[in-house]
Amino acid sequence: MSNAAKRQTSTLDKVLRVVLYAALLAMAAVYLAPFIVMLLTSLKDVEEIRSGTLLSLPGSLNFDAWSKAWSGACTGSQCEGMAPYFLNSFQIVLPAVAISTLLGALNGYVISHWKFKGSDVFFAALLVGCFIPFQVILLPMARTLGWLGIANTTTGLVMVHVVYGVAFTTLFFRNFYQSIPVELVKAARLDGAGFFTIFYRIILPVSTPIIVVTVIWQFTQIWNDFLFGVAFSGFDTQPVTVALNNLVNTSFGGKEYNVDMAAAIIAALPTLVVYILAGKYFVRGLTAGAVKG
Amino acid sequence: MKKIALGLSSLAISVAAATAHAGEVEVLHWWTSGGEAASINVLKDLMTEEGHTWKDFAVAGGGGESAMTVLKSRAIAGNPPAAAQIKGPTIQEWGDLGFLTNLDAVAEQGQWDVVLPQVVSDVMKYDGHYVAAPVNVHRVNWMWANPEIFKKAGASIPTTWDQFFEAADKIKAAGFTPLAHGGQAWQDATLFEAIALSKGSQFYSAAFVGLDDATLRGDDMIDVFKTFKKTRDYVDSGFSGRDWNIATSMVINGDAAMQIMGDWAKGEFTAAGKKAGIDYVCYAAPGTSGQFTFNIDSLAMFQVDDENAQGAQQDLAKLMLEPTFQETFNLNKGSIPARLNMPRDKFDTCAHASMDAFLAGSSTGDLVPSMAHGMAVSSMVQGAIYDVVTNFYNNESMTAEEAVDRLARAIKASM
Amino acid sequence: MNNNAAKAGSGATQAGRPARLSLADWMPKIVMAPTAVAAIVCIYGYMIWTAVLSFTNSRMLPTYNFVGLDQYERLFMNDRWLVALSNLGVFGGLFILTCLFLGVMLAIFLDQKIRAEGAIRTIYLYPMAISFIVTGTAWKWLLNPTNGIEKMMIELGFEDFRFNWLSDPDMVVYCLVIAAVWQASGFVMALFLAGLRGVDSEMIKAAQLDGASIFTTYRRIILPSLKPVFFSALVILSHIAIKSFDLVAALTNGGPGYSSDLPANFMYAHAFTRSQIGLGAASAMVMLGCVLAILIPYLYSELRGERHE
Repeated sequence: MSNAAKRQTSTLDKVLRVVLYAALLAMAAVYLAPFIVMLLTSLKDVEEIRSGTLLSLPGSLNFDAWSKAWSGACTGSQCEGMAPYFLNSFQIVLPAVAISTLLGALNGYVISHWKFKGSDVFFAALLVGCFIPFQVILLPMARTLGWLGIANTTTGLVMVHVVYGVAFTTLFFRNFYQSIPVELVKAARLDGAGFFTIFYRIILPVSTPIIVVTVIWQFTQIWNDFLFGVAFSGFDTQPVTVALNNLVNTSFGGKEYNVDMAAAIIAALPTLVVYILAGKYFVRGLTAGAVKG
Repeated sequence: MKKIALGLSSLAISVAAATAHAGEVEVLHWWTSGGEAASINVLKDLMTEEGHTWKDFAVAGGGGESAMTVLKSRAIAGNPPAAAQIKGPTIQEWGDLGFLTNLDAVAEQGQWDVVLPQVVSDVMKYDGHYVAAPVNVHRVNWMWANPEIFKKAGASIPTTWDQFFEAADKIKAAGFTPLAHGGQAWQDATLFEAIALSKGSQFYSAAFVGLDDATLRGDDMIDVFKTFKKTRDYVDSGFSGRDWNIATSMVINGDAAMQIMGDWAKGEFTAAGKKAGIDYVCYAAPGTSGQFTFNIDSLAMFQVDDENAQGAQQDLAKLMLEPTFQETFNLNKGSIPARLNMPRDKFDTCAHASMDAFLAGSSTGDLVPSMAHGMAVSSMVQGAIYDVVTNFYNNESMTAEEAVDRLARAIKASM
Repeated sequence: MNNNAAKAGSGATQAGRPARLSLADWMPKIVMAPTAVAAIVCIYGYMIWTAVLSFTNSRMLPTYNFVGLDQYERLFMNDRWLVALSNLGVFGGLFILTCLFLGVMLAIFLDQKIRAEGAIRTIYLYPMAISFIVTGTAWKWLLNPTNGIEKMMIELGFEDFRFNWLSDPDMVVYCLVIAAVWQASGFVMALFLAGLRGVDSEMIKAAQLDGASIFTTYRRIILPSLKPVFFSALVILSHIAIKSFDLVAALTNGGPGYSSDLPANFMYAHAFTRSQIGLGAASAMVMLGCVLAILIPYLYSELRGERHE
């Protein structure tokens, strides 16, 4: 290749790279825009919102809406803001994520390395569970929870989330464990290692990427759930999403968009933090095998 | 049926014993807009004073859609709240299923049969027994107007639909939104129902209470649909999906001239510190003066196991009918008390007009149940009417004749 | 069995094998049991129950007066249901295609050794962290003609700018697509990015040595090797599309009229607010039918693919 040709390609390359960066940044702007609008709106006062446009900057930094959304805004006849509901949500999300992830890991392990007659059919049958429209199960689930005596309790909600989350977690773990060589497990079995020993010693140590993916997925799904939260919670176990809906629909005189937006960001904050902090591991975990199959 | 009767009588016996103790009442409701929330707080405070614990279970949004889901889910789980905001024929449906408790003891003590007008008490009873307590009577066929805008536009307040369109043209020319409206099915139906009412109470009753096929398909109904569609031109472009109280705030803030909405809208004016007759004026919806479409809010009482809770529940029913509560609640909410012969002096002119129309209407047949608010027909028929009405309003190509045909067919199919 | 295992497995292990095997045989089943019970009751039990209800005239709460196929007949006579179904077609199709297209493009772009890749990736991915309720609320505001993008453009000097899809019954379904794509395309990007990172780099080098241009390399070699990722993405996206309920509830609530209704919203409205559980159950069964139509080919290829391994 002559020097001239090389120079030419490198100028072409440079142009291409500029175009590439421009496209990427433009898309980034589009993705960010709604959030920026929400953020800006939450910092304005009601008058500024009425007179200004979406992207006009607030006159001064004004966090009144945030403190109101957090602790003073009314959700129905209670005016305690979003704060009390945060604890409710965590009480639901943490156990539900832990249990469904553990179950998913064990199921995935069985399906990929301890196959028995019917385990594949079981897996297929379970997958259907990812897809049933949740509205369908509201009434029968309510009755089941009533029979079990855990209707409208946090325990009941955790159970519902585990039951309908385990299909996805099993799918994730199964696809990941599929890539672990069968020989590894077989050898260990012949050495006399038991079911749990193999899981604990061989499988679990390599599972970190997929555990991260599953936990992020489950945390997001359960935290953001509204339907189960509204249908199965009691008055003192309502999660954040239900509180947000109440808050947005509760108004005195005019609508306080700034408080609504602040509350919406507050409600989304935990999942946002998880994605921002662990997003890197999310993509890494997906690379490690979750997308296969 | 046997199960209900049994439940009712056994509870009736236990009631007397239970009333003395402090208990908890869980109240499921969707009163979350300004005036409403202030009103429900009055009841909450009264219950707390009596020593009971009020557990507020508010589920906002969509005219109670989510709240009904919660109620069903809890009822089917065998754990219903002590009291829930349900009304009209829905009370009968819950009664049929055997979920409601008997309030006859409280009713007798408080002489509900005497202090409540017949129209109201009929709705509160299932199978001859009181199962729910009313908090108010709303008049739905109101028009709220901002006199300032009318002055600026040189228009006068309309009392017929022809005048309405004349005034609306002037207001539009002056650069204001003539009609503040929210494009949600129930708001569309509220407007539609007000227009239908202007064709006379008899027509209205035949169509929406009797569901008479000939009336539903008649020329008058075609006319109603035509007028209804015409109002679409006087609504601003952002109306789709707007909440009713946001539409009201457009009138309050001087962006829009009129809103056709029930008197809960007055609660918003009150919450914004506006005075009736000065900052805003209330008229019956065009062509319906003297007529009254009623919408009664009530709390139905569900069977609960805990004895203290049962006591608290009975106390709640008792308090709801107390004159002090009826007065404060309705001053906040914009409606009129369900009780008769209440002192009137604290109420404003709009409420007085409402009370007069209510009394006069009950003898002339001009007092009719609101279709849009679930007082006239079952939720199935109501849903069918909603679908046709809201689709027609938003569909430019559908003619009034087609709509009438669809309406008649949809109603038949839903029964 | 391979050599290593054979070497490890001496005579002693073989003697002890039957006993250990039976215990080991039971363990996996015991571990799976809770999930199995939950799935049988909470997925299949409820499905059958819903199927049964769809043949009854249940209204406010379930009853068992059987009326044959009446509810299905009423369902397909119902204009609102037909609108909801066709909306699902438009919404689902556009949503899935746009997400796939954007996801692939962004993933390829990001895979070019971009500076600050982590930050850009996080920006693309973050909408996935937000609930549809919040997405709906935010976009309702942006798309609202009186105070959203339209107002902004008019105040920027574009007097004639009109953007009123949210109140236009013919266009409103595209509002749903915009909001849903905004939310999910980043996730698809992450899937494909992960897939691209997994492609054998030797293969790409070989192709480039053969003189294939970058576009040909992608078209002929890299993208075909990502077929499983396409499949996963397709399944996840169609699952989101069919279950879309919160988004409609928060963004349009089905309006204007019922022009943006989706089947999930139809089912919910009829089963819960309109006391027509029978009709709601029938619509749910039709939805399930759609789900199975997507799922069965996927499962078939999954399980068949395995046998080949």
